[in-house]
Amino acid sequence: MYIELLPREKVSPQQNVLFMAAALIAGLLAVSVVFALNGVNPAVAIFYIFKGSFGSWYGIKETITKGMPLILIGSGLALAYKAKFWNIGAESQLLAGAIFATWTGLNWGPHLPAVVMVPLMFLSAFIGGALWGMVPAVLKIRFGINEVISTLMLNYIAAEFVKFLVVGPWKGASKGGYPYTDDLPASSILPHLSHSRISLLLLFLAVASALILGWLVYKSRFGYEIRVIGENVHAARYSGINFFRTSLLLMAVSGGMAGLAGAGELMSIHHYLSYPDSLSAGYGFTAIIVAWLARLHPSYTIIAGLFFAGIIVGGDAIQVSMGMPIAAVRVFNSIILIFLIMEDFLISHRVRVRRKNHA
Amino acid sequence: MARIQSLEMRGISKSFLEVKANRDINLSIHAGEILGLLGENGAGKTTLMNILYGLYLPDEGDILVNGEPIRLRGPKDSMRAGIGMIHQHFMLVDKHTVLENIALGFDEAPFFFPHRAIRKKIEQLSDQYGLRINPDKPVWNLSAGEQQRVEIIKALSRNADLLIMDEPTSVLTPQEADELFEILRKMILQGHSVILISHKLEEIMSICDRVMVLRKGCLSGEASIEDVDKGKLAEMMIGRQIAAAYDKADVKPGGTVLDIQDLHVDSDRGLPAVRGLSVQIHSSEILGIAGVSGNGQQELVETITGLRQPLKGSVTMMGQPLKHVNARDAHTLGITHVPEERIKFGIVPNLPLYENSVLKQHRDAPYSSWLRMDYPVIKNHAGDLVNSFQVDTPSVNARMKNLSGGNIQKLILGREISSGPNLLIAAHPTYGLDVGAAEYVRKQIIALRDKGGSVLLVSEDLDELFMVCDRIAVMFEGEFMGELTPDTWTIEKIGLMMAGSHG
Ligand SMILES: Nc1ncnc2c1ncn2[C@@H]1O[C@H](COP(=O)(O)OP(=O)(O)O)[C@@H](O)[C@H]1O
Ligand SMILES: [Mg+2]
Repeated sequence: MYIELLPREKVSPQQNVLFMAAALIAGLLAVSVVFALNGVNPAVAIFYIFKGSFGSWYGIKETITKGMPLILIGSGLALAYKAKFWNIGAESQLLAGAIFATWTGLNWGPHLPAVVMVPLMFLSAFIGGALWGMVPAVLKIRFGINEVISTLMLNYIAAEFVKFLVVGPWKGASKGGYPYTDDLPASSILPHLSHSRISLLLLFLAVASALILGWLVYKSRFGYEIRVIGENVHAARYSGINFFRTSLLLMAVSGGMAGLAGAGELMSIHHYLSYPDSLSAGYGFTAIIVAWLARLHPSYTIIAGLFFAGIIVGGDAIQVSMGMPIAAVRVFNSIILIFLIMEDFLISHRVRVRRKNHA
Repeated sequence: MARIQSLEMRGISKSFLEVKANRDINLSIHAGEILGLLGENGAGKTTLMNILYGLYLPDEGDILVNGEPIRLRGPKDSMRAGIGMIHQHFMLVDKHTVLENIALGFDEAPFFFPHRAIRKKIEQLSDQYGLRINPDKPVWNLSAGEQQRVEIIKALSRNADLLIMDEPTSVLTPQEADELFEILRKMILQGHSVILISHKLEEIMSICDRVMVLRKGCLSGEASIEDVDKGKLAEMMIGRQIAAAYDKADVKPGGTVLDIQDLHVDSDRGLPAVRGLSVQIHSSEILGIAGVSGNGQQELVETITGLRQPLKGSVTMMGQPLKHVNARDAHTLGITHVPEERIKFGIVPNLPLYENSVLKQHRDAPYSSWLRMDYPVIKNHAGDLVNSFQVDTPSVNARMKNLSGGNIQKLILGREISSGPNLLIAAHPTYGLDVGAAEYVRKQIIALRDKGGSVLLVSEDLDELFMVCDRIAVMFEGEFMGELTPDTWTIEKIGLMMAGSHG
C-alpha cells in the first residue's frame, strides 16, 4: 500500500471554507485531548478561549490591537513570498522602523504638531524598515547569498543594536536608569479609542495598506513581475525583467511594512523604545504564518491577522481566567496552527491511498 | 571473463502516446566492441537505451543475452545481467564524496568496515582502467570529466560488462573526451563492450568499431566503421530526399535587418562556442541554421536575444547596436524570440493564459502604464491571439500549464510575431509537436516573411529547413561552413558541411 499525492487543480471558495472549518474542528478536538489529559475540562477551556478573544468586547478590542501589526507585517511578507523571496527578517525590519521613528520623534517631536509628526514618524519607520529589508536583497542578487540566512542573521544584529541604543547613547534621562529611551513627545503619540488600546488611524493604515498591497500584487506591473519571478525565474530572464530593481523594490515594500508595524507599536502602545522583545512579542515571526494562512494574498491578511491575533489573545485569556501555565497556552496555539498548516497542504493536494502495484 | 558475450535487441518498438520513439529496431553487440549510436535529437536513441537499461518496457520486441531471452523490468534486472548505463545528466549525490557515492548500491561491501572494501575496489578499478580519481573529494568539487569517471567506476563496481553512455562528451572538454576514449579502449581490451550515443560524427569515426544510425525512430543505417565516412554518416542521419518547399509569396529579400560581425561567444563552460561568425539577415527572408546541435547554435541565439554576453564582435539590428545584455534591450530593438525550451523559458505555467500573452511586452503600451497593468486590454489581446493562432483552450483564463505542447507553442509564436514584421528568432520551433501543429507553426513563419519580416530559424530538422528557408547556413564548431540556396542545396553538400568540411 502506498500513498499518492496529486496536486488539486481548482479549489472552490466553498471547499476553502469547508476545509478551514474542518481543520479548526480537528485542531480543537486534538487540543481537547491534551487539555483532558491534564485534568482540565476541555469544553470549559475552549469556551474561555473564545470568550477571551472574540466573545467579549474586551477580547475583541485586544484581538484588533494585536491584529494590526500582524496585518501590516503579514501583507508585506505575502508580497515578498509571491516572488519566492523568503524574508524571515520582518522582526528586525520592525525594529529598524522603530529605531528610525524613535529618532524622528525624539528630535522633531518637540518642535512640530501632531499632523506633521504622525505622518513623518510613519514615513521614517517605512524608510528604516525598507533600508534594512534591502540589505538582504542586495546580498542575494549581487553575491548570491541565501536570503533565509541573511534575513535571519540580520534579526540578531538589529536586536542587539536596539539593546545597545537603549542601554547606551539613547538611554533616557527621565527613566531612572532603566534601559528605555525618553518618552516620545505628545505630538508623536497615537490617541486610542476610549477604553481600548486601538488607534483608529493605525487600524485604517493596516487595512488600507493590506488592500493596496493586494492591488499591487495582482493588478500592477510591479506585481506582475513579482509573480513571474516567483513562478518561473527563467521566464523572468527571458522576458527581460530586471531582477535587481524588482527584488530591491519588493524588499523595500516588505521591510517598509514591517517598519510601519514597528512605528505603530511604538506610537500607540509603548511610547518609548525599550528592549526588542518587549517592543514586538515576536510579531515578525508570527506574521510569517499569517501570510501563509492568507494564501499569500496581501489583502487576505486582514482576516488571517485578526484570526491569529484572536488565538493569541484567547490563549492569554485562559492563562488568567483558568490559571493555566503559559506552556499550555503555547501548546494550544501550536496545535491549532499545525492543523491549519496541514489544511493548507491538503487543500492543494489530493491524497489517495492505493494498493501497491508494479508500474 | 565477461558474462555478456553478445547482446541482441530484436524488433523493439516503443511509443509515448502518439509519438513513436522506436520502431522495429534491431541491435546487436559483442564483447570487445564499441558500437556507436548516431542520430539527431529526438531520433529515439535515449529511449532505446532506456529500454535496454530496464527503465522502459518495450511495447514489442525481445532482448537476448548470449542468445538467451531475458526480461528487464527495472535497472536492478539490467545491472544483474551486467548492463550499466551512464545518463546524460549524472546521477550523483553532490554533497557526498566519491567513495560514498560509489558505496551507494555497492552490494558486495561487508557489513563491518565497508569503507575499506570499497576503497580497495576503487583503487583496483582505477588501476585496471586508468580511471584516476580521489575517493575522498566531494562530488560538487569535481569537474564534469571526473564526475563521469565516478559514474564509470560506479557502473564497473556493479560488474557492468556492457556500458551504455548517453552523449558522454557533450559535457566534456576535448581533452577530457580524449581521456574518456582512452578509458573506453582499455575497457574493451578487457572484454567489456560499450554503446556510445553521440551526434558528433567525428567521435563516432574515431572510436567506434561499428555504427547504427537512427532517424525518426527507425533504424536508417548500420555499418562497420571502415565502410563509411563522415559524409555517408551525415546522409544516413538526415535522410535521402529533399522535402518539397511550402508555397511562399514571390518577394525578394530587402534591406539588411540584422547584421552580425565577427561574433565570438563562449559557452557556459567557458569554451569557445561561436567563433568569428558574420552573417546578415534581410527583410522578407528566412535564414535557416542547420547543423548538429551543440555546435554553437544555442549560444548564437542567446546572444542575439540579449541573454548572453558576446566576447567580441557586434550585433546590429536595423542600424542600432545591441549594447546591453538583457532581453529587454533586444525586445526594444524589435527582436522576438521563440525559445528552444519553450516551457522553461517561454511561459509561466502557473499563470493564466492572458498573463502569458504579454510576457516581455507587458511593459509596453497599451498593456501597461508605469504602475498599472491594463487587464481588460490584455485579455482582449489574449483573445485575439487565441483566435488568430488557433490556440485550443477553454478560455483565456486557463492556466498555461493546462494547455498541450502544440497550443503552448502556438501562443508563444503568436505572442512573438503579433507585434508586426520584425526579426523572429525561432529555435527548434516544431520540436516535439504533432504534425498538424508543426505545419501550422511553419506556415505562420512563412506568413511573417511574406509580410516583410525576417526570420532566423534554427532547426535540426533538415526537412523543415528545406520546406521554409530562403537560405540555409550550416554551422559546425561555432563557424558557418557555407551557405546554400534552394538551387544549390543537396543532401550531400549539407551532410558534408555538417560533418565539418567547407562548402
Ligand atoms: N518519457 C517520454 N514521454 C513522452 N515522450 C517521450 C519520452 N521520452 C522520449 N519521448 C519522445 O520520444 C522521441 C525520442 O526521444 P529520445 O529517445 O530522447 O531521442 P534522442 O535521445 O535520440 O534525442 C522524442 O520525440 C521525445 O519527445
Ligand atoms: Mg537523448
